[in-house]
Amino acid sequence: MSEWTLFEVFVRSKHGLNHKHVGSVHAADAAMAIDNARELYTRRNEGVSLWVVPSALITASSPDEKEPLFDPAQDKVYRHASFYELPAEVGHM
Amino acid sequence: MNPNHDLIEYLLRLGDSALIQGQRLCEWCGRAPALEEELALMNVGLDLVGQARNWLDYAAELLADGRDADHLAFRRDERAYRNLLLVEQPNGDFAVTMAKQFLYDAWHFQVLDGLSRSGDARVAGIAAKALKEVTYHLRRSGEWVQRLGDGTEESHRRMQAAIPQLWRFTVEMSDGDEVEQRLCEAGIAPDPAQIAGAWQAKVAEVFAAATLPLPEPAVNFYLSGRRGLHSEHLGLLLAEMQFLQRAYPDATW
Repeated sequence: MSEWTLFEVFVRSKHGLNHKHVGSVHAADAAMAIDNARELYTRRNEGVSLWVVPSALITASSPDEKEPLFDPAQDKVYRHASFYELPAEVGHM
Repeated sequence: MNPNHDLIEYLLRLGDSALIQGQRLCEWCGRAPALEEELALMNVGLDLVGQARNWLDYAAELLADGRDADHLAFRRDERAYRNLLLVEQPNGDFAVTMAKQFLYDAWHFQVLDGLSRSGDARVAGIAAKALKEVTYHLRRSGEWVQRLGDGTEESHRRMQAAIPQLWRFTVEMSDGDEVEQRLCEAGIAPDPAQIAGAWQAKVAEVFAAATLPLPEPAVNFYLSGRRGLHSEHLGLLLAEMQFLQRAYPDATW
């Protein structure tokens, strides 16, 4: 058990198109991780497909870099479609 | 004699085996080696208790003597229980539990697969639903037998030690009696000889992959679950499982 690997679990729901992160499980290998994820995260009819990824293989952004990475996006309203006024003749898009 | 005598006997065998195996699995609650494993054991156990309810409901309807499924489960004595001897055996360590689960699942899968084509529509329906669950149970327990058998020195030693503790009870997987024979001829239950052959082949395949030696086929001895002649372990299990309904009959909450 102490040598088990931590896996991140992604579930695709019945009506969803993409897999969503739902949590993590411990397992000896990927096949067991799928089974364990099935037991933990799909027992109430949540999904139709599972992905597992060893947690160690995920590269995450650093919390220290939050400001340089994400703050500059805050004042750039022109990156949103709603910033632009549509000419009346276009009608409803 | 009830005209459905054979079918009732058979339904009790299926229901009792599922119920006792489920009860044994739930004894792991709070004691499993990992959180993930605990949930898996409970899920499988509750699948089996749910299947037991379906079989016992049907048995109670055919018995038509005023008893319902709860009554059959909680107020029948050991001698009236028809479960396989294998499933009443104590859990032991995790290797014994998984070996027991696998030996049962491999048999259970074949039986349900046959029953899903039963001439009795109710039986076929219950079996088809249960088969989906048991397909997964068998995959899981088979993988554990392989992981432990073909794992570390310690896990191999434990899995190898688990087999002889259970093996003699597997005689019941390969010797159908006259009830099963008659139900087979009536198109209700699968051929016991076919079940036995398929069970042996599956066990041989998984044991080979798990680097476990396959013992000689088990032989008949004086106990028989389907005749109500159980090992001493069933009485203790029932004492715990039936306590509430025995002490407070018809209690509800």
